[in-house]
Amino acid sequence: MSGICEPAMGAMVGSALTLVETPLLRALLARADDALILGHRLSEWTGHAPILEEELALANLALDLIGQARLLYEYAGAIEGAGHGEDDFAYFRDPPQFRNLLLVEQPNGDFAATMLRHFLYAAFADPYWRAMTAAGDATLAAIAAKAEKEMAYHLRHAAAWVIRLGDGTAESHRRLAAALDALWPFTGEMFTAEAGEAALAEAGAVIDPATLRPLWDATIDRVFAAANLARPSGEWAPSGGRAGRHSEHLGHLLATMQHLARSHPGATW
Amino acid sequence: MSADLSPLWEVFIRSRNGLAHRHAGSLHATDAEMALAAARDLFTRRGEAASLWVVPAAAIIASDPAEAGMLFEPTGSKIYRHPTFYEVPEDVGHM
Repeated sequence: MSGICEPAMGAMVGSALTLVETPLLRALLARADDALILGHRLSEWTGHAPILEEELALANLALDLIGQARLLYEYAGAIEGAGHGEDDFAYFRDPPQFRNLLLVEQPNGDFAATMLRHFLYAAFADPYWRAMTAAGDATLAAIAAKAEKEMAYHLRHAAAWVIRLGDGTAESHRRLAAALDALWPFTGEMFTAEAGEAALAEAGAVIDPATLRPLWDATIDRVFAAANLARPSGEWAPSGGRAGRHSEHLGHLLATMQHLARSHPGATW
Repeated sequence: MSADLSPLWEVFIRSRNGLAHRHAGSLHATDAEMALAAARDLFTRRGEAASLWVVPAAAIIASDPAEAGMLFEPTGSKIYRHPTFYEVPEDVGHM
């Protein structure tokens, strides 16, 4: 085995950050982790998309999200004041330290599942960031101004595919309906604020995600009607992502994403 | 994906106000809305566009390459059609 594959001797290989999470830091990490994990999931399509046009489209969506995550991590590092940067947050936290929604860590599945997952998230993220442009926190408002334009396009793109797959062939409808059954239970978590975030929302620093439910419902109903999809009726609504209780999928995702940085801390390329 | 489900579209980009749309390339898409989205995703990633057109490739009527001689060669001998044959008064300056 060549030397380049061996972990750097004596380094703290694999060690995770120790964070003292204030409510704002925790809320920032939640939004940043949503964007990073979904962005990484989309990047997994690179080289595997069904058509060249969608290959580029998926990469564009991934880059938008990873860009949003970078800005949020940078701000998180600034308010934490412990010298941590975007790479520290992305690469040197363990699964229980990630605050993302369970929805965004779900595996890509087929193209229908990926597009439906993206639609369910974008239908929330688009109005969320638009509302956040009026947030009391000026840095977050500035990040929101960039993110809301990006997410408006994400919503349009994903909705267009959901409508075409749902209203397409018997096969495309079957795949989309199966994806909806699998992903729908994870949507409820988007509208719940943790205690710390709720207090921040009370103070006007951030938006209470629960207030966006009617907008999200309206988008879902409009697109599902055009896609011949019915809302699933199940009551099961898993949560825990914000608290770091993740599905097993996140560990596999992070193992891939973090492997290089953790094996060679400080490596540049 | 078959050609019927995903026909060819030609993409035209106008980079800023005052310029004409120019042909940028082509792509496959199921319909006009998806063609416009794909054009945005494929051809405007580096700030190239202020406006986009997509046109079904089937709607373009092209000249026959075999007729190029008849259509285009006769102009070769008519150099007097070039504006260099006209004298522009000094006062006009650059046109």
